[in-house]
Amino acid sequence: MVDRLITYDPAVYEAIGRKTWRKRLATISLKMPSIAVLFVWSVIPLLMTLWFSFQRYNLMDPGRKGFDGLGNYRYLLSDPSLILSIWNTVLLVGAVLAITIGLGTLLAVLFDQEFFGRGIARVLALAPFFVMPTVNALVWKNMMMHPDNGFIAFLMRGIGLRPIDWFAVAPLASIVIIVSWQWLPFALLTLLTAIQSLDSERKEAARMDGAGSIAMFFHIIWPHLRQAVAAVTMIETIFFLGIFAEIYVTTSGGPGFASTNLSFLIYRYALLEYDVGAASAGGVVAIVLANVLALFLIRSFARNLDA
Amino acid sequence: MRNNLLRKCTVTIAGWAVALLLFFPIFWMIVTSFKTEGDAIARIPHLFFSPTLENYRAVQERASYFHFAWNSVVVALGSTLLALVFAVPSAYAMAFVPTRRTRDTLLWMLSTKMMPSVGVLVPIYLIFRDLGLLDTKTGLLLINTLMNLPVAIWMLYTFFKEVPREILEAARMDGAGRFHELYNLLLPLSMPGIVSTGLLAIILSWNEAFWSLNLTAAKAAPLTAFIASFSSPEGLFYAKLSAASTLAITPILIFGWISQKQLVRGLTFGAVK
Repeated sequence: MVDRLITYDPAVYEAIGRKTWRKRLATISLKMPSIAVLFVWSVIPLLMTLWFSFQRYNLMDPGRKGFDGLGNYRYLLSDPSLILSIWNTVLLVGAVLAITIGLGTLLAVLFDQEFFGRGIARVLALAPFFVMPTVNALVWKNMMMHPDNGFIAFLMRGIGLRPIDWFAVAPLASIVIIVSWQWLPFALLTLLTAIQSLDSERKEAARMDGAGSIAMFFHIIWPHLRQAVAAVTMIETIFFLGIFAEIYVTTSGGPGFASTNLSFLIYRYALLEYDVGAASAGGVVAIVLANVLALFLIRSFARNLDA
Repeated sequence: MRNNLLRKCTVTIAGWAVALLLFFPIFWMIVTSFKTEGDAIARIPHLFFSPTLENYRAVQERASYFHFAWNSVVVALGSTLLALVFAVPSAYAMAFVPTRRTRDTLLWMLSTKMMPSVGVLVPIYLIFRDLGLLDTKTGLLLINTLMNLPVAIWMLYTFFKEVPREILEAARMDGAGRFHELYNLLLPLSMPGIVSTGLLAIILSWNEAFWSLNLTAAKAAPLTAFIASFSSPEGLFYAKLSAASTLAITPILIFGWISQKQLVRGLTFGAVK
């Protein structure tokens, strides 16, 4: 083949080269716009955040501007609310992950069984995921958890308990409940889809071999679910690190800083105190935290990928 | 046999209990939206009440609900269309002309989602201020496009991967060019995939709250930000909040139910189908 090509007229050679070159250009021109746009979007703001984090810059006092070295970071570290808000972020992400994936697995196994009206039941169970976060948070705040006229207060009085003021007594736990309610359906739906993609022959065969429900779960279903769990963990972590609206409309981060996560702390610095420098330093901390997590998550996700 | 029946009954009861429990807050919100404000704050919920549409009227008349709904529609549809315009060609190129770097490119696109929004809040806010994009639909539309682009590319990529290659090979033999191939063959074949990608992008931008709350005010605020304005109530407002919320979530609830299966594929970046 190669010999034959060599004996051919150089013009043919050139034509082949031109054709693949043109083809390659056409392909590149198809994907370049997205790559370029995403590159700009992921690099320019990041560099600006880094730059501002070393600057003394408050929008209320634009005259006093200039290089400040590690000043913002020193200020941030001396602020006890930083450690508290990182801790709250970790608690929030960890708790909601545990609840949604734990309960989600159980419910996925439940919804994998045939039962009467399963289709409708599944549609109802899924609904919370499509509710916008601000509606979700306000409905829970005013109609479920309100100490006077919330539904939970009504139930508690019904069984002789004193209703509690959820957002004052357990602000972070209340937000965990609200976010879990929204994301449990997502975990349920994803894990259910994964279970149902497990071919029934394998399940049948295991049952024939006398595997009980529990053995079946641990030996057949769970290994199959690992990939789905990796995917759910990754996407949920992305969203939970950035939880904002739920805090914004319910507790505003309070009382004190009891329900302030990193997102909300940075928002306070930026748009309430107009401290561009401190907010940017906080942003850098948030980015580092997210990327440390991303390193593990994307790696375990990519391992299961057939791309 | 009796054992089987018992089992099925238990599962039915458990399944429905879970479903009703999860749906209850939404149900309660819808019911409240038809109550008078007086009924809505009753300490012992009134099971029987004469339903009223007063709240729906008030939400439009006093708060001009449709102004904010229109903002949501423009931002969600506009950003989805724009994201598709960018995503379809690149997903096509990566699915059908893969190179050694395609996998890394895809993972890099995914990793841009790991950038926490709050980490770039300050620069985006300042850029928007300087370009006059604060509190504009255009600005919010652009942000939503960028937020959803990686998801859209991934989802389309997994759909394109499933198109039988023989059909495209045949067309290539006939001398069809890349663009012809894309627009006349691939698009019709993968329409269902593109539609579900669009639906997911609409759902995500409709419910996006972080940028809406931080970059918009009265003029360009979408429904997520409008609803948030109910967090500092004046007087009696439960029933009106419920009415506004019910209106705000209904279209997305319907879209979500339609696309639930494909949604999993999109949000898990193709890992679960």
